[in-house]
Amino acid sequence: MKRVVITGLGAVSPFGVGTDSLMKSLSAGDSGIQAMDELAQITGLNPTIAGKVPDYDAKLIPRKFRRTMSPMSIFATLATQEAITQAGLSKEIITGGTAGLSVSSTVGSVQALQSFFTKFLDGFSIEEIKATEFFKIMNHSCAANLTQCFEITGRVMAPSAACSTGCQTIGLAAEAIAIGKQDIMLCGGADELHPLTVSTFDIIQAASTGYNEHPASTPRPFDVDRDGIVCAEGAGILVLESLESAQKRGAEILAEIIGFSSTADPSNLVSPSSKAIAQCMQLALDDAGIEPEAVQYVNAHATGTVLGDAAESSAIASLFGSKPLVSSLKGHLGHTMAASGALETIATILMMNNGLVIPTRNLVDIASDCIGITHIKQIENRTILTVLKNSFALGGINTSIVLRRDND
Amino acid sequence: MTDPEVIQHVNDLLAEEFELTFDQMRPEALFKEDLELDSLDAVDMVIILEQAFKFKIKKNEAFKRIRSLNDLHKFVLEKKKEL
Repeated sequence: MKRVVITGLGAVSPFGVGTDSLMKSLSAGDSGIQAMDELAQITGLNPTIAGKVPDYDAKLIPRKFRRTMSPMSIFATLATQEAITQAGLSKEIITGGTAGLSVSSTVGSVQALQSFFTKFLDGFSIEEIKATEFFKIMNHSCAANLTQCFEITGRVMAPSAACSTGCQTIGLAAEAIAIGKQDIMLCGGADELHPLTVSTFDIIQAASTGYNEHPASTPRPFDVDRDGIVCAEGAGILVLESLESAQKRGAEILAEIIGFSSTADPSNLVSPSSKAIAQCMQLALDDAGIEPEAVQYVNAHATGTVLGDAAESSAIASLFGSKPLVSSLKGHLGHTMAASGALETIATILMMNNGLVIPTRNLVDIASDCIGITHIKQIENRTILTVLKNSFALGGINTSIVLRRDND
Repeated sequence: MTDPEVIQHVNDLLAEEFELTFDQMRPEALFKEDLELDSLDAVDMVIILEQAFKFKIKKNEAFKRIRSLNDLHKFVLEKKKEL
């Protein structure tokens, strides 16, 4: 099996375009959550806040490619461009067949679906439907648009697993390199905000509804006053490649992926079980060939839900005890859905490279069902070399990734 | 609407939909080679023209033979006269 390293990162988040704006805002303890008039106008919808990507220039993407892109594909394209630039990948490498892609979203563009059905249901007519609409709706819209835009000719995968998508795409990309099928993989996730997602979490009573007047005070992972998820949008893209390929190109190695696991939890479609989460993390450690004691930091999935945060805390405590530092970035970013696993992995890699650990924003009083692990409430300047990243999803899909960075 | 007004309206619609500059939109400009529009764009062109001028173009053989902007102008002027 080949060793897999990370050589490029790209981000579009509620803090704007670029990994610099992401890390600057995370380090400053900013919140990306804001009041949303478009949500406040919806009858019966309780949450009226979300994390929106602020100004971005979609016209940086040529119209030929942009015409089939909904916002999620635009986010993914801007993030991919940043990741490719950082990795220093030439056009020849990207188009030559040794580079593939593993990128997906939770659903195709609901905005485009809404546009189709608004016209379709008005007299059951398709006469006003544009040719480019379906390319925004199809499940692999992000992957297909990136493939066309960057002229990728290697394998293209669009594995969709709700909120685990962003980590699962990274893990599957790493495996494609490890078994020698591709030298390089672009991977990650993207999503765009739509009331469908916000209302889904509201309907299943997993959305934060008590802080509409104080958007920056929620979500509150692990906090005694947490009351649910806040939906957000964005894209996170990473360049993965074999160690051999990176060394041959002279690329800077940001971290190595040493372990990955993706497991299913059939006990419940919605509520994660602590046992299944612990098993997922254990399998990732087994894959990495390391003991729990080696892990210095866990970047938690923790979205701010009552059940999810407690189950994850309990699982981390059972496997690691209180040794590793633990934080969730959802308090800053909200839940960027399919982008979350990738964006938070990117932030974690940047923490490893910058000698700091970002705390959990809005964690003031640790809830009694989230104790037994080492939460951090203030930014810490500390070198972390071996970390574990979690992502869990509706549908019972769990993923964990183990990353390592050499002490140089 | 006079013929020059119709032509200007067509150009305005194409400029907005396909992000073309008026410098590019010479009458002899070829859709494929000069303006870099393809079959997907042709479908959307039909939709915006149908909406703007309230005539039907879909499955029109004469429309399929259009190659240049000038061809399109002539086609639209003819269709408007049929209304």
